[in-house]
Amino acid sequence: MSYVLTCPNCGPREVTDFGFGGEVNPRPVAAPSARELGEYNYFRRNVAGVQREWWVHRSGCGAWFYAERDTRTNEVLLTELPEAGA
Amino acid sequence: MSRLPERDGERIDRGRSLTFTFDGREVGAYEGDTIGSALFAAGQRTFSRSFKYHRRRGLMCCAGQCPNCLVQVDDAPGVRACTEPVREGMQVMHMNAQPSLELDVMNATDRFGGPFTPPGFYYKTFIRPRRLWPLYEKVLRHAAGLGRLRKSQPEREWQTEYRRRHADVLVVGGGAAGLSAATAAAELGADVVLADEGPEPGGRLLAEGGRDYARELAGRARAAGVELLQNAPALGTFDGLVPVWQGDTLHQVRAAQLVVASGAIEQPLLFPGNDLPGVMLSGGALRLVELYAVKPGTRAVVAAVCDRGLNAALALREAGVEIACVADLRPHGGSRGDAAKLLQRRNIPLMRGSTVLEARGRGQLDGVILGPPGSDDGAGERTLGCDLLVVSGGSAPATSLLSQAGARTGYDERRGHFALTHVPSGVLAAGEVAGVGELAAAEGSGALAGADAAHALGFGDEASRAAAERERAKPAGPNGWAAAGNAVPPPVTSERRGKCFACLCEDVTSKDIHLSVKEGYDSIELSKRYTTATMGPCQGRMCQLPAVRLMAEETGTSLADVGTTTARPPWHAVPMGALAGRPFEPAKRSSIHGRHRELGANVLWAGDWRRAYDYGDPRGEALAVHEAAGLIDVSTLGKLIVRGPDAGEFLDRLYPNRFSNLKPGRIRYGVIASDAGRITDDGTICRLDDDAFYVTTTSSGAGAIYEWFTWWLADWGLDVHITDVTQGLSAVNLAGPRAREIVQGLTELDCSADAFTYLDGKRAAVAGVPCLILRIGFVGEVGYEIHYAAAHGEDLWDALLRAGAPHGIRPFGLEPQRLLRLQKMHILVGQDTDSESNPFGAAMPWIVKLDKEQAFIGKWALERFAEDPPETALVGFRVANGHVPTEGAVVMPLDGSPMGQVTSARHSPQLGGVIGMAWVPAALAKDGERVTISDEGKRLEAEVVTRPFYDPDGEVLRS
Repeated sequence: MSYVLTCPNCGPREVTDFGFGGEVNPRPVAAPSARELGEYNYFRRNVAGVQREWWVHRSGCGAWFYAERDTRTNEVLLTELPEAGA
Repeated sequence: MSRLPERDGERIDRGRSLTFTFDGREVGAYEGDTIGSALFAAGQRTFSRSFKYHRRRGLMCCAGQCPNCLVQVDDAPGVRACTEPVREGMQVMHMNAQPSLELDVMNATDRFGGPFTPPGFYYKTFIRPRRLWPLYEKVLRHAAGLGRLRKSQPEREWQTEYRRRHADVLVVGGGAAGLSAATAAAELGADVVLADEGPEPGGRLLAEGGRDYARELAGRARAAGVELLQNAPALGTFDGLVPVWQGDTLHQVRAAQLVVASGAIEQPLLFPGNDLPGVMLSGGALRLVELYAVKPGTRAVVAAVCDRGLNAALALREAGVEIACVADLRPHGGSRGDAAKLLQRRNIPLMRGSTVLEARGRGQLDGVILGPPGSDDGAGERTLGCDLLVVSGGSAPATSLLSQAGARTGYDERRGHFALTHVPSGVLAAGEVAGVGELAAAEGSGALAGADAAHALGFGDEASRAAAERERAKPAGPNGWAAAGNAVPPPVTSERRGKCFACLCEDVTSKDIHLSVKEGYDSIELSKRYTTATMGPCQGRMCQLPAVRLMAEETGTSLADVGTTTARPPWHAVPMGALAGRPFEPAKRSSIHGRHRELGANVLWAGDWRRAYDYGDPRGEALAVHEAAGLIDVSTLGKLIVRGPDAGEFLDRLYPNRFSNLKPGRIRYGVIASDAGRITDDGTICRLDDDAFYVTTTSSGAGAIYEWFTWWLADWGLDVHITDVTQGLSAVNLAGPRAREIVQGLTELDCSADAFTYLDGKRAAVAGVPCLILRIGFVGEVGYEIHYAAAHGEDLWDALLRAGAPHGIRPFGLEPQRLLRLQKMHILVGQDTDSESNPFGAAMPWIVKLDKEQAFIGKWALERFAEDPPETALVGFRVANGHVPTEGAVVMPLDGSPMGQVTSARHSPQLGGVIGMAWVPAALAKDGERVTISDEGKRLEAEVVTRPFYDPDGEVLRS
């Protein structure tokens, strides 16, 4: 797999510069049931389509950011830093 | 000698002679010769023996495409003699023939072995008796393969540089079309790289009278700013990344637009004897003449399907080769073209509607039979003596890179090959690969492709776009030069005597392909895998199209329906070393490392760090810590400064215990849990002041924990900054009954027991070096973990050893440290815990503060674990009989079924016995319980101990 990601700080780089942080899965807000906790920890949607996901610029500025990538074609639609004070 | 007098445009420099050896014999050459041209000039006609049948093979393509000239050069196998330039003193050896090229005993498979070696013969001939398969496998393995690698290559260190090249446009192929494309794009302002596999740009121009023009085109490209890479084949396309291999550099080129101008590959003809030395492609014969001034033969016959073959006949005649006859497959023999007329003028006989039916000779061509295709009865046939048969069977566009990038091809009846039908966006094709072979048209198609690529990226302007549209609208010009449009597809072979090779690399005959279909492998992908056709060094360059033709004939389907096999990288052979990159292992060393070497330390890997395991006496070093003082370098620890108004809250959210209530100057142990409640790391945290904490992590976890922290911070957006100072600070642990005295002697800070208590963290200068001193106790004695700027690494180490010398201080390494911490039952995350361990099982329930106001990572899971008792629990144990169990040995409760394992075990001289830690069934996690350990067949009796073996109440530690 080989494509380019645009770090919001540093600009476009080979994807091998980055570490992949998995799909963006919102953390349960209130105390989850055992099933909800298990799904949060171990299950992934693994969509065949546009996925919102975390990346970290490991070989660069070290920032964590979001990307939206089509998992079928590896076309990256956007990258953006998380908003402060989420 | 087959050398011709000096020719215009020749590549050799007759003023500079070189010598090299071939199979021990000295051979003369000129600078610019290839191994192939020099050997041929010296009279060599057999260059290798074929893969299976060990038949003699000679030069055929002279372009690095067929497998016939593969040789071993200075211990590197698989070198193509026809393209490899001669270097002074080179040692060239033949491959795949024993004992020699001239006398190869394995040639017996050609004479007698045919019936025993059909496709899949290893599963047919050699399938019984089955018990002999290991022997057969050895023999076959030895016989397979072409070259030999020396098993030990101490001097040969391959160092390939990876070069990341981001460009606007990458042009693959430096012929007329490629050079025009690159120039056009560069002149519009794009950043262009051109990769060409040849030693100089020009492609077909070089051997077809256009060398000066090639230089001119290349000059224009350079002037426009194109980066020209020569001897640089593109290996494939990987989602837009194109690796280009150039000697010691692997260029990883990522361009926004890819223009492929890779040309077309001249195709051979199928007939019995088509692999004899003396059978050459027309391009091969011309290259020998034009580039190296070598006469390819004395008396030649030419078999052509288009004007290209006729033009080759004329060129060879002009170079002094006698042309006995030209057989043109076309019924009208290209009679409208100039070539036929010129042949007539030179009194060269031309047979129309004919082709070569058979080539004859014993190991070397000496004659051919020409005639109408499909004739078996001898009507219209002519037999001619000759030592050179020039074949020109049309051409196949080199579409592999394009197909890998997502292009599609389809069989073009008119041209007789698979042509491009669709290219994806971002990819363009120009020149002969796109079906435009005539020179002027190829240049035009290249220039248009280059302009399109640049325009797609926003370069150029209204005027340049309009010019491109006008160019596109022009009608296609006459196809004179390559005359691909006039080609007639060559026939399949008739049922004549003798082997007719479809795949030269793998010795697959036309009969083999027919057989594979009969056996049911009737699709091209199945037949390819069964016969191995197209799977050899040429990767289908010579044999894809012939194999498809044979398959179409045998199955009765059209070539369009048979289709081609999937194009795969690498398109060009590449050494593994070029892909492996630099042979180095990055090693991290602390700034004190030199001292460990000087002290004779036993240095081993700990993750990617180099660490002192001991200084030659691990037992003595551990004892010194108990009796006097020891000093260990712990600079590898992860160290993070967490600072900000929200720092306390941040740590409270990440750890199961509290840190916001930690007083400045105090230290607390922390364990990091995942949201599944599993232990991922541990360390100590010292509060520096109201809004700053100093967090340590395990050595191997440093990077991961930094990312864990920064990830959650990015999500929560708290007012916190995290600085990773792991490598900027060194750390040493001074421990033992004399530690206090030693450190006191080097600092003004009051280190007395009451002033500097256990779990205090203080800043002070030690031996003049500003430090953060943490009074913690990993090794069980009074100790000070001193953190300071790495630049002072050796200074402080030296000062401590000097000050400690009169007290009996000794440096100690990782091994004694492990023993000491085991005596205290201090866990090592990853050693005594695994990815499933939670704090309750790991005997640390006190670290989980479920009543904490702040919700924290892992709380929900830990609440559940708190309610369910763990199945296994971590405990210490003693073994009475002195045998140290292996780490990982299985624990068996006395009823026999395994549950749990030993995680650490050592013999402790201090305690006088074997101690360890293990996971045991929870019901047995009580002092005095007995378990059995099964260790490689031995059974050991062990007694459970739940409190530290040494100083269980921590009195020594807190003194």
